[in-house]
Amino acid sequence: MQTRGCGHICGESSPGIGEAGKTGEWRDSYPLIDLRKCTPAKQNKPACFQCWLYCPDAVISKTIPVQVNLEYCKGCGICAEVCPVHAITMVAEETSCSS
Amino acid sequence: MEITGANAMGTNPSTNINKSLYEIRWHGRGGQGAITAAKIVAQAAFLEGYRGVTAAPSFGAERRGAPVSASTRISQEPVMVMSQVENPDVVVVLDQTLLKRDGVTSGLSTGGWLIVNSGVDPKELGVEGRFNIATADATRVCQELGLIVSGLIVVNTAILGAFIRATKAVSMPSVEKAIKGRFPKEAVEINLAAIARTYEMTKLEELRK
Amino acid sequence: MIDKKSGSNSDIQILDGNRAAAIGAKLSRVQVIAAYPITPQTPVTEALSEFVERGELDAQYIAVESEHSALAVCTSASIAGARAFTATSSHGLAYMHEMLHWAAGTRLPLVLACVNRAIGAPWNVLNDQQDSISQRDTGWIQIYARNNQEILDSVIQAYKIAETVYVPVMICYDGYILSHTEMPVAIPLQQDVDRFLPQYRPHTILDSSNPKNYNLVTLANPRINAEGVLCHGYMELRYLLQEALQNSRETIRKVGQEFGELFGRSYTDLLWKEKMEDADIVIVAMGSLAMEAIVASKMLREEGYKTGVLGLRLFRPFPKADVLKALSKSRLVVIFDKNISYGSEGAVCSEIKAALYGSQVNAAIRNFIVGLGGRDVTAREMADAVKKSIASLTEGVPNKGYPEWICHI
Repeated sequence: MQTRGCGHICGESSPGIGEAGKTGEWRDSYPLIDLRKCTPAKQNKPACFQCWLYCPDAVISKTIPVQVNLEYCKGCGICAEVCPVHAITMVAEETSCSS
Repeated sequence: MEITGANAMGTNPSTNINKSLYEIRWHGRGGQGAITAAKIVAQAAFLEGYRGVTAAPSFGAERRGAPVSASTRISQEPVMVMSQVENPDVVVVLDQTLLKRDGVTSGLSTGGWLIVNSGVDPKELGVEGRFNIATADATRVCQELGLIVSGLIVVNTAILGAFIRATKAVSMPSVEKAIKGRFPKEAVEINLAAIARTYEMTKLEELRK
Repeated sequence: MIDKKSGSNSDIQILDGNRAAAIGAKLSRVQVIAAYPITPQTPVTEALSEFVERGELDAQYIAVESEHSALAVCTSASIAGARAFTATSSHGLAYMHEMLHWAAGTRLPLVLACVNRAIGAPWNVLNDQQDSISQRDTGWIQIYARNNQEILDSVIQAYKIAETVYVPVMICYDGYILSHTEMPVAIPLQQDVDRFLPQYRPHTILDSSNPKNYNLVTLANPRINAEGVLCHGYMELRYLLQEALQNSRETIRKVGQEFGELFGRSYTDLLWKEKMEDADIVIVAMGSLAMEAIVASKMLREEGYKTGVLGLRLFRPFPKADVLKALSKSRLVVIFDKNISYGSEGAVCSEIKAALYGSQVNAAIRNFIVGLGGRDVTAREMADAVKKSIASLTEGVPNKGYPEWICHI
């Protein structure tokens, strides 16, 4: 292993994607969004975005429609909990271990 | 060094360990129970008469779903080595998706065992090295038996069936005893059933000598 | 360490270090526990609260909002005449710093389990010994354990030591490496511990019928109290604390011997010696590293070097005379420190040098800083460092002024 020649003299990092690696692989279930129910998609307006607001990993976009970055979504399910119109369901990932 | 002689339980040694220090590394994901598996095997080995056993998690913050590892060391003498396992005799993988990560088989001794929770044949795993491979579909066993805790299939005990079958490092009765000592009464039966079923279905691919 | 007396393993359990510490406290029949959770100490607090909740331990578990309060509660409980216990790590111990002085200054026989962890910045939760070493001048006795058996045994002994010399004792053990690693531990029977450890007899008792004022303002000079008695000034009380620590070595030795007689595991020696009889090269380490060092020494012996290991069990008071005697035949002493006194060297190294000053021992000394923030230290690395030290001797390098680091810079 080589020392990172970063020139820092104290512990330092910048906000960025993926300091903990591709955390999407930690997930055992993923959020499935029903766009017929999801407010911004349904009304075609930049509204609600509670999922974007509460996502602890900032992997949900504030767009119409909202999008989840599954490379980093850990599948915690907070978005499904906070969605006021119950547009999000958590769906189990298929484990590659089962036959 | 062949380990012989009466052990602390007063029974005959029934295990297959022929080294002064036997090291096992466990790879799983947070919540699968890799650490508990490491502890059960340490306990079982102790029950067989090994005076020196240690079981340790990978150090630091562990999170559900994130890759974790653990280690078990078994010896006739008290274990003095406190550093991380570098050259395991056995690597146990509780989640096949971890196999693509670097470091899972790293340092695995020549002639050692790679044991993977997988439905495929050892030959089809796509892993190559100078070691033996065993596979068993512990996930399916647990699904069939309903060994699911908080929505997560807990494969740590089931995979012990494959571990015992492949390595013979500890015996089934010792593992049973360890589980009875550690688990609440109502959980014992289902876990033992998972071990027995996985033991039967384990596929072995031994290194040609 | 093997329990020679134990014919069966019925009383041996596979425990991690935290559980061993908690069981040690329980067997010591502690009456008050106040602790605040911090990684990697948290399981100690969990186990003790479990014991109290289940009625297995007749103690008050007092939940507090900080480590400073935890030790303040224990200090008060101890003044009131209760046997008290706390445990912490790293920033928690740093936060206790002020109260560490109060506890020692009041000469209260508290026992604290310090689960050694690195201190920020930057954040780190893993092991080194910077936390307890940073508290070495607070007047506490410091004992370091190499394995989980020693943790349990040392907590029990700590109460007997503390309550004999009236100095608080810190039992230090490596975070994760011991705190989270399970290994066989022989658990003494309660009745045997009761025989070993008599009831706490406080020198301070808070009693409304006989009011006392402890830790009053005590200025430079001796003063005459209300009864006309000439009482110690601040400096005399400090002198007595130093004397108590100096004299505690004999008590620590005696308690360790008594423990050995009862439980079959002797702690008469303040040092752990491994193959020291004919060793001219000595590896010195403290805590779990002193176990890994035995493996390193074995490797070096196989290569023909006459190595031995000196494991430090006691850091405060420092066992100067014992160290000097143990190192009398050495020609090279290689000290591994899991701490650094910035601008100087490892704390153990400084102590060893001081112990050798003015003596007949003319050994060369090398100091390696290792394992900070949880960096793994392997026996192979230690053996290589020893060989590097030997090579520097043959190349005619005199004693080095500064420590060497085993790291990537």
